[in-house]
Parts: sequence; structure tokens; C-alpha cells
Amino acid sequence: MTSRFHIVVCASIVPDPLQTLEPAAGAGAPTLKNEMMLPAVLDPWAAAALYEAADLAAKHPGSKVFLVSLGPKAKLQQVMMTVAQKVPFELVAIDGPLGGFTDAHSTAAALAAAIAAIPGLERERLLLFGGWESASRGAGVTMQVVGERLGIVDQFQGVDQITVNEDGGFEVLERVEGGRHQVSVCAGAPAVLGWATGNLPEPRNSPQVGMANMRGIMPALQKAKNTKLDANGLSYVSVSLPRQQRETRLVRDMPEDEIAREIVAWIAE
Amino acid sequence: MEKLLVLTHVDEYGVALTRASLEAVAAGVEFAGALGAALAIGIVGAATDAAAQQVAGAGSRVLCVAGEAFAQARYASDAAACEALCRAAEATIVFAPSGSRFSRVVPGVAYRLGGFADTHITALTMGETLEATRWFYRQRVEAVVRRERRPWFLLLEAGTREPYTASAAAVQTETVAVTLPALRTNVQGLRAPKQDEQTIRPGAKVLFVAGAGWTKKQADGQIHAAEAETLILGFLRAADASLGSSKSLVDQSGENQAVLKFMTHLNQIGQTGATPRHAKGLSTCCHGEEPHVVGWRFINERRAISMDPNCGWARGKADVVYVADAFKVIAKVNALLAEKK
Repeated sequence: MTSRFHIVVCASIVPDPLQTLEPAAGAGAPTLKNEMMLPAVLDPWAAAALYEAADLAAKHPGSKVFLVSLGPKAKLQQVMMTVAQKVPFELVAIDGPLGGFTDAHSTAAALAAAIAAIPGLERERLLLFGGWESASRGAGVTMQVVGERLGIVDQFQGVDQITVNEDGGFEVLERVEGGRHQVSVCAGAPAVLGWATGNLPEPRNSPQVGMANMRGIMPALQKAKNTKLDANGLSYVSVSLPRQQRETRLVRDMPEDEIAREIVAWIAE
Repeated sequence: MEKLLVLTHVDEYGVALTRASLEAVAAGVEFAGALGAALAIGIVGAATDAAAQQVAGAGSRVLCVAGEAFAQARYASDAAACEALCRAAEATIVFAPSGSRFSRVVPGVAYRLGGFADTHITALTMGETLEATRWFYRQRVEAVVRRERRPWFLLLEAGTREPYTASAAAVQTETVAVTLPALRTNVQGLRAPKQDEQTIRPGAKVLFVAGAGWTKKQADGQIHAAEAETLILGFLRAADASLGSSKSLVDQSGENQAVLKFMTHLNQIGQTGATPRHAKGLSTCCHGEEPHVVGWRFINERRAISMDPNCGWARGKADVVYVADAFKVIAKVNALLAEKK
């Protein structure tokens, strides 16, 4: 295979899924209570995109992986300590606000500007990766807008697989309704791929990879430009937690036959 | 005055509008009235004549983009089509269905028109102005939002309202011309996952969720993955149910552990998976912790079978929790369902 790619992965950081979240009033937009104190992780779908990017780069020698992330420097540093041990990448950090209540279009503008400024980035080899949605805003807007801002009109969302052909073109599987994939063939980079889960497990931690990554991560964090995100006319009328605590009936010591009859009757209702 | 455009598309068979498109049309008719807005409906497809009849009586302009290039759900052509429709309608507010086809393109189209997109809208209301409800943090925080800036694109979740029903009125359509960019992507078709049978059924009444417990050692100290497969598939067939899974179970296929062969990441429900809409959900061998349960936000009635009386489901997340062995219970459920058939 002769193709080599410059793969840019856009990845946000989000609260650890096991944390209890509580919205709170913020300056302009809502925020989460104690947001800066909550343990954070790399967004799960974006993490899948990063692992797929590293796998693709490993199969195509000469390829590079850039991780572009927007968040408060301190939080980025905390999360990168873990992520750095997974796969090789070069960090492009943007110092900005955390959270799901910021506007996706502003986030996309900041990401696109940072990507356009990456030294040596070859646009004709660019594969723009990211999660198809984040676990915070969950909008599924950012990747498309970053792509548009960079002039890329071959875009795929809900991607689970990319297979590169000998000619540099590639086949993409995108999730569509009914548990199926749409199969597309693209002539080649540049393209946007918003990933779903992909097919790769989370890589094991590698101290060697971590050491190599950290040499670039700390300078990248120091260079991170502070960015303010415009609300673009978005305002919040209300933000609340769903009150759906159910009165759970706990059934112990009921014979399996009886449970089965109850379940069958319930299904038939 | 606002101008409201509803973007719709023809289904994969190339004949009718999708159900989600018709739901968006119904929303358009309702809120054009509430906003005092002029309504237009845009249709994208290889052929749009039959689809246009489905919006008869909506009291709107009907704008069509038709041609072989639009048979494919492809970003470059769909974005160009939607952009042309928005420009033709001079839309200030755009409703579109949240299916895979328009979710792929609408944010990009919003950018091209200097507008903004908000997605996964589960409800629309008229307050001082149009307000939209959506979830954040994977269905854990609900918010109502407004946008002052226009054009405002809203992707409406499927299954949140009744689809529009056409009247017998005649429909006058207007054809909108589209300038296509060079098309570098070709859609080859649809592919079902490698599995013996379809396990994801969006229209099913019951969602059956399998957790990692199905592939763990049972009371006899052995793993019974083959038996688990038989029981789960048996239930899906007998109850005509859709299959979901916890992340831990689908991840096992990549970690060389015992797996259920028909299970893929497409079945995944929860924090990093789907949030399907079904009337009832039955969880089995799953802990019911928050990352699982966020995928159950739109499951109305919930029951769980778990060996752990202190599992997450028992803490107010399910209506009924049976503390029992799912292998034994599902075997008996399958037998009873078979008798009924």
C-alpha cells in the first residue's frame, strides 16, 4: 500500500460516565455543578476515532495522527496523561471552555482554525476523524461544520469501518436505520469520518508510547491559545434533570415458572 | 415574518416519504400556523412525484429536487440539494427528520447558509418564540433552547409525533435546480451485519437487552455461551423483540472472550450506544448502572432479571426487578410464548 494520510482526530473531553451530573447556572450558558472537579475522560466515540486513526496510520507508513482537543488546559493535561499511553499522536490543544452547553458551531470554528494552522498538514492527505456525536452536547454537528470550513464535501457519519484500497480510495461503512450499514466508496482523501464505535478494542497502556507522546504534549499545552466561544444566539429557557425515579417492585423468591408467566402476560398487554 | 421549510426525503425504495419525514411535515404544518409563517416543503429523491402527493393539503409550496444523483444518501449531493431548497424557500426556520440521511448533511447546510443547527429535538413549543427541547450528556440532562439567529435548522427526532396525513387535494410542485460538485463518493448499497438473522427491529414493541452476565460462569462453574445464544434468539423470535446489549458484552468480541456471535456494536444501548424507542424493555444479566440506563430514556415500561437485588435497576430505574436466573426464566418464557403461538 502506498497511501499515507494525515489523520486529524477531533476529540472533546467529557465527565466520566459514572459521575452524577447536576446542571447549574453559569455565566451566559448553563454549566454542570462542580464541573471542573468532575473526573474527565476522552469522549468515548472520539476515543474510538483515535484508536481507528492510529490503526490506520500503522498500516500506512508515513502517516501522521494529530489529536485536536478543546478544553481547559488543566483538564486537557489530566486526560492526556491517560490517553497518551494508548496510541502515538501529536497534540494540538485549544484552551477553552468545557461542557455540553457551548454552541457546536463555535466549537467547530475553533477546531477548524486550529487544524488549518497545523504546520505541514497536507490537505490532500487529510482524513478528519472524530466522534459522530459527543457524550456531552451529543449534537452531531461539529464534525460536519469543521469539514465544511475546511472545504471537505466527502463526509461520513456513524462510521464503523474504513478499508483503504490500493489506489488510495476507501470503502466506508456508516450506520443507518435498522441496524444496517450503508456502504460507500470514496475516491480518497480529503474526507470527514465521524466515528461510531468502530471495531477496535481500547489499546493497552504502553509506557513507551506515553513517554514519546508526553514530549510533545506538554509544549502543546503551553502553546494552547485561549479561545472564547460565541453562543450564536443560543439561549437556554430551562435546564433540568429528568425526575423519573420509579417505584421499583423487587421480586424475590418467586418461582421461575411464575416469573415467566408474569413476563409473558406483560409482553402481551 | 418567518419562513418555515420542512426538508424531507424519499425512502430507500425511492417511492414514498419516510415516516420521519411525514412527522416533520406534521410539525411544520402545526408550527407554521403558530408562528404565522409561510410554509414550504422540500423533497429530495430520484423521483418525487408520488412523494409529493403525500403532503397534499399541507397548505404549502412544494419544492422538489429530483434526479438519479439524489437516489443516493451521499453528503455532497444531499447537501447541495438541501442548500438549493433552503435558498429557494428563503427559509428562516428549517425542520428536518433526524434520520441518518439528513443528520449527515443538515449541520453542513446550516453553515453554508450562515445558519445554525440544533439536533435531536424531542419537542417543540411556542413560548415567546419557538422553543425546542433536547437532551444533553446522553439523555441525562434535559434543556429547552431558543435561537435568536437565523436561519435556524432543527433536526426532529423520529417517533415524537404522528405523521402527516395527506388530503385528496392536488399538489403543485416546483422543481429546484441544483448545481452538483464533483461527486467522489459512490454509495454501493446497504449491508446487514454478519449474523444469522436481523436482531435490530426499530418497530418492535419490546426491547430485550442482554448484559455481560450471559457469557460469565454460571452456577456450575461453566460458561454457557451457546445456550445463551439459543435462549436469546428464541426470545427475539417468539416475542418479535429487538435486541440491545451492554457495552461490556459487545466489547468482548474484541477481547477474545466468550461471545454471542450475533451481537455487534450496532446492538449497543447506553452511554456509547443507541437510545431506541420501544414501549417495553426487558433487561437481563445487566447491572443497570447509569451508563446502561441512559440508553433507556425512551423505554416506557421497564423490567429486569438480575441475580443481584442491589443492582442499578432496583434503585428506581426499572418498574419490576426479578431476582432470578435469567437462563432459567427465559427458557420458560420461550416455552410459554411457543405454546401461545
